[in-house]
Amino acid sequence: MVSSYLPLILGGALLSLRVALASLLLALLFGLTNASIKLFGPPWLRAVSVTYTTVIRGIPELVMMLLLFFGGEKLFNLGLAALDLPAVEFNKFAAGVLTIGFIYGAYYTETFRSAFLAVPKGQLEAGLAFGMSPWRVFRSILFPQMLRYALPGINNNWLALLKSAALVSLIGLEDMGWLAEQAGRATQQPFLFYFVVCLIYLAITATSGGAFRWLGRRYNY
Amino acid sequence: MLMDDVIKAVPSFLWSDGTQWTGLVVTAKLFLYAGAIGMTLAVLLALLKVYGPKPVSWAIGAFSYFFRGTPLFLQLMLIYYGLSQFDIVSNGWQDGNRFWLLFRDATFCAVLAYVLNTAAYALEILAGAFAQYPKEEIAAAEAYGMSRWTTIRRIVLPGALRRVIPVFSNEMVFLLHATALSSTVTLMDMTGVARTLYADTYSPFYPFLMAAALYLCCTFALLALFRGAERRWLAFLRPRQS
Repeated sequence: MVSSYLPLILGGALLSLRVALASLLLALLFGLTNASIKLFGPPWLRAVSVTYTTVIRGIPELVMMLLLFFGGEKLFNLGLAALDLPAVEFNKFAAGVLTIGFIYGAYYTETFRSAFLAVPKGQLEAGLAFGMSPWRVFRSILFPQMLRYALPGINNNWLALLKSAALVSLIGLEDMGWLAEQAGRATQQPFLFYFVVCLIYLAITATSGGAFRWLGRRYNY
Repeated sequence: MLMDDVIKAVPSFLWSDGTQWTGLVVTAKLFLYAGAIGMTLAVLLALLKVYGPKPVSWAIGAFSYFFRGTPLFLQLMLIYYGLSQFDIVSNGWQDGNRFWLLFRDATFCAVLAYVLNTAAYALEILAGAFAQYPKEEIAAAEAYGMSRWTTIRRIVLPGALRRVIPVFSNEMVFLLHATALSSTVTLMDMTGVARTLYADTYSPFYPFLMAAALYLCCTFALLALFRGAERRWLAFLRPRQS
């Protein structure tokens, strides 16, 4: 009875991992764009970025997720109704990924911003003195070195993101946590299934911790 | 019309929905209990981890590793919904055993989960601060003839606790945000109020926006408090102004 649920939970683990990885990609993109805006953008855009990072980091992920998921769907459908189009139901996977990516983008903004600032200014000046274009300086000097400084922060935020992504079961996505609840109810062994899922999370965090340590050794000279 | 809804919701978001305490009061209660107990536990465990015997230190490390490596949401589920699986717990409920009945209480389970979670993170920060305490101050204490325990009590503990204030301000913000999970175990904190309003009205905007605005205010207030604490208790680390 119990073992028959295990393949199901492992399938859920795959979904959890897919949600987390897709959100990570989005969050990295958001973070990188925002950090660049904060450092090099025009003042009005910079103000938007500052507001985004401050507001997002001041609100619990769960509230943000409920607001964006339910509010976003309603807003979208109000827009559709105004155009005389039928209402749609949001794809839960996409909505979850967008929400988590949007939230963690704010955390990654700070990671990337401080990493950009950690690259010595002299190197950029040297690049310009060699006649490189500003874009070339960014691409060949600033960006690769920034990434090295950002690695520990990327890892920390990724672990936090992975754990926050467990909340998607609250908006009805059938991830590990959701399946554990169902299996626990059916077999009357909720502790066992929640614990198994916790162990899977531990395995994932341990693996990615090792991977980041390896990356860190590789890129630190 | 919308303005009326918002004004009508204010009391339940702040103190009461008419039948019970709700909203900010519940959030504040959970936060203060979890924060106070969690920090005390963290200090004790960090001391044991750094200065205690090896097996104890490993056990604390394992505890912290588990709670830092798994989602808080699942830890809460494990405690509140999971424990009923064990006969000793369910029998305890039937017999009216005071201790096991505690685990039926949502507030107790939520506070327990937040205490264990926040202690797991905070103890690592504190253990780091103890282990990297400036050698000169410890040497000075030794030169004064203080014993190991006296040095810890008089020098390392107060000094390290001050130095971690800036990091702890982040931890406390995370704890405040963690209390939003209480609504998943039937509690009526600010998020719980917002979710109930949403279920009643099907309007997703104003309940969640109000909750978000309130959390934002609480976060800023907390950060301001910690900045004040830094100014007061970290004054000795600031460069002297002439």
